[in-house]
Amino acid sequence: MAIHFTLNGKAVTVSVNPDMPLLWVLRDTLNMTGTKFGCGMALCGACTVHINGDAIRSCVTPISAIAGKTVTTIEGLSADRSHPVQRAWMEIDVPQCGYCQSGQIMTASALLAKTPKPTDAQIDDAMTGNICRCGTYPRIRKAIHRAAELRTAPAKPAGATADDVPLADSVLAGGAE
Amino acid sequence: MSATTPVDRRSFLKTGIAGATGLVIGFYLPGRREVLAAAPDATPAVLNAWVHITPDDKVTILISKSEMGQGVETSLAMLAAEELGCDWKRINTEFAPADKVYYDPAFGMQGTGGSQSMHSCWEPMRKAGATAREMLIGAAAQKWGVDASECRAESGSIVHTATKRRATFGSLADAAAQVPQPKDVKLKDPSQFTIVGKPTKRLDTPKKVNGTAEFGIDVRRPGMLHASVEHCPVFGGKVASFDATKAKAIPGVKDVIQIPTGIAVVADNTWTAFQGRKALDIKWDEGPNAAVTSASIRKSFEDACEKPGVVSRKEGDAAAGLASAAQKIEAVYEAPYQAHATMEPMNGTADVRADGVDLWVPTQFQTPSQGMAAGIAGVKPESVKVHTTYLGGGFGRRGWSDFVAESTIVSKAMGAPVQVTWTREDDTQHDYYRPASYIKMSAGLGADGKPTAFTARVACDSIMSWFFPGSITNGLDSSSVEGVSDIAYDIPNILVDYHLMKGPIPMGFWRSVGASQNGFFSEGFVDELAAAAKKDPYEFRRDLLAKQPRLLSVLNLAAQKAGWGTPLPKGRFRGIACLEAFSTYAAEVVEISIDKDGTVNVHRVVAALDCGRVINPDTAEGQVSGAIVYGITAALKTEITIDRGRVVQTNFDTNPMLRMNEVPKIEVYFVPSEETPTGLGEPAVPPVAPAIGNAIFVATGKRLRRLPFKPEDIA
Repeated sequence: MAIHFTLNGKAVTVSVNPDMPLLWVLRDTLNMTGTKFGCGMALCGACTVHINGDAIRSCVTPISAIAGKTVTTIEGLSADRSHPVQRAWMEIDVPQCGYCQSGQIMTASALLAKTPKPTDAQIDDAMTGNICRCGTYPRIRKAIHRAAELRTAPAKPAGATADDVPLADSVLAGGAE
Repeated sequence: MSATTPVDRRSFLKTGIAGATGLVIGFYLPGRREVLAAAPDATPAVLNAWVHITPDDKVTILISKSEMGQGVETSLAMLAAEELGCDWKRINTEFAPADKVYYDPAFGMQGTGGSQSMHSCWEPMRKAGATAREMLIGAAAQKWGVDASECRAESGSIVHTATKRRATFGSLADAAAQVPQPKDVKLKDPSQFTIVGKPTKRLDTPKKVNGTAEFGIDVRRPGMLHASVEHCPVFGGKVASFDATKAKAIPGVKDVIQIPTGIAVVADNTWTAFQGRKALDIKWDEGPNAAVTSASIRKSFEDACEKPGVVSRKEGDAAAGLASAAQKIEAVYEAPYQAHATMEPMNGTADVRADGVDLWVPTQFQTPSQGMAAGIAGVKPESVKVHTTYLGGGFGRRGWSDFVAESTIVSKAMGAPVQVTWTREDDTQHDYYRPASYIKMSAGLGADGKPTAFTARVACDSIMSWFFPGSITNGLDSSSVEGVSDIAYDIPNILVDYHLMKGPIPMGFWRSVGASQNGFFSEGFVDELAAAAKKDPYEFRRDLLAKQPRLLSVLNLAAQKAGWGTPLPKGRFRGIACLEAFSTYAAEVVEISIDKDGTVNVHRVVAALDCGRVINPDTAEGQVSGAIVYGITAALKTEITIDRGRVVQTNFDTNPMLRMNEVPKIEVYFVPSEETPTGLGEPAVPPVAPAIGNAIFVATGKRLRRLPFKPEDIA
């Protein structure tokens, strides 16, 4: 069955079993492996993509439900890592193993599109569906706040570098007084 | 076919450059042009096994350790770059092939674990950088007709100081590869470091924010088939018979084959392979373990502890110490099995051909992976090329090579490249688990409140019986007792004995290994001693650590930073714990509150560590913070239980992980140190559970001696 949809700004047609989840169409049919398989039951968020702008778990979304819709994956968030969420993620060096981060970034970018200045409680609400076993949550939270700033003030202040962004909560290499 | 060329083993030259660790580094023969990875534009000059340079000035550092989030790709490159004098912005990395030159002397093989990487590589990686630098200087000196001592490396060039002549590394690389390997190179004085010790951006982050980082599960090869394996749910069971008719009728299913671990469905995509598994009709021979339960395992541990075991530590006369005590404290503590739950489910990709095998695997242990595939394919190990991908989490799980074996077996059977992918349920139910353990402890306190004796009897599933039986001597698996047998407090009489338990549940290394449960046992029990002595738990520990300056210093630092002894908001309670693991010292103070239903909320964790010199403070903080999240998950949320010989838990609904809304404020402090680096991947895990348990005691007066802490045990 041929299914037409828009993927990262381009018209796409796939001929697959209509029950096949979008996740596997992306990964195995289209070889776009940035979207990850974690649980297959919408429990971990690793497979999160945007469908018509909403953060959706692609592992439980049959491809038949995508017909005519607009899908954005991590590969399509920006061409050059220039999306404020990607920039903030790099400034704060969020990822460790990195496997969950495509899903984290897609959930966070959908949050910011609707809630430009999220509170910690709003971040909790939006991000609690995304598991990170490396425990990068504190940096994810910090990076979401930073991305919110970058969205409204994209230009860096003169002289600032990414290294100027301090790590939240922590004092590094020192402290015994 | 792969575009890579097998490493010519004759090209290795054992130069015998011995470091202080006694490690002998094997270097590639100078001048050989070994292409170790998929064809780059320019063939690199191989200055040694770790440093390759192309004419366009690209410096490639080969990374012999697996990157599973700990930042080792960046940290190892930093060590080499520090000595090399290259331009950090032009640094490039590649994961090393499997070869003896990359063996970790601590393991006698190539692998990543035991929080060992920075300790093992601290000197060899700097020497690799320094050796390459000296060869580049040699080439420049020859070119200019000057003495090598007049030249220096600076930002990717060699400079002749007197004349200010410069030549880039790339322009010198080919000539440098012909320069004889210097036998002994001088390493920088640490006061001159410009990279080591500075917060440095991870090299892998750009690839991990746009989906281009290639994990094992992302490997795509021409003609590759996808497979998934239905395993017997009961440990030790096997296939009695199966009917694949319905599975084979599914469009896209290529074949269904029986392999030693179950029934593999091979298809043209992963989802179809999963669908094929659901359509299988398999009759299992459940074997001898079909009646095993967590309760039956616990009973066997309890029974074992009725009798003395193998002595793992004996100091003084514990019986006399107990007899002379003013009061005696006894307690039984327990810990359950734990799954690793890496975010990337187990997977492997193999291409078995008559002439050899290519493996693309997210493995922690390259050498066993290579050997495993060689045995299955019937080729020599050196005919197996191991392409280590990024690992979507390791935590010890990927030290096993079961996923490598499955992919190799299925590829061999199909005569095509095959990727085997596990479901989350497979991953949860067919792990090599953190051991369950049972411990009986006793201690005496003198009239002055000081311990007179400590005894512990441990019954624990033995990891090494599964992984490396040859390492067990006299029935003692030291991984089962680490964290309790080496109790650091000044106690005059100590007796620790051990019963090695070997059941049907597969055991593996789980982040911080034995210390993950034994730290909870020993630090929970020491807290009980403090309470019995009517002393503050921090002061009680402090007073017993006079002979352990590094552990004492982290304890003091954590207490100070946490504001130990200062008032807390109503309903908040503190707990403290400390432990040495993997030669790194860690202390943590937690602040918790408890809901009416017994739910524990962790609000703040203050950690202090001494891991010697910190290589990259940025990734170091991340490791500690992440280990704390890992520890809280195991303390409050997860356990693996057994019923009818199988694992009860399946996915993240029944094996729930800590999530964003449950994460406390985490503060990480390092004791400044110039000692040789030790590891950070694991040591922050063990203090978490006891610190939380000790806080629960302060809050409720209840001493919880079994993990995980459940609301029903508290409310």
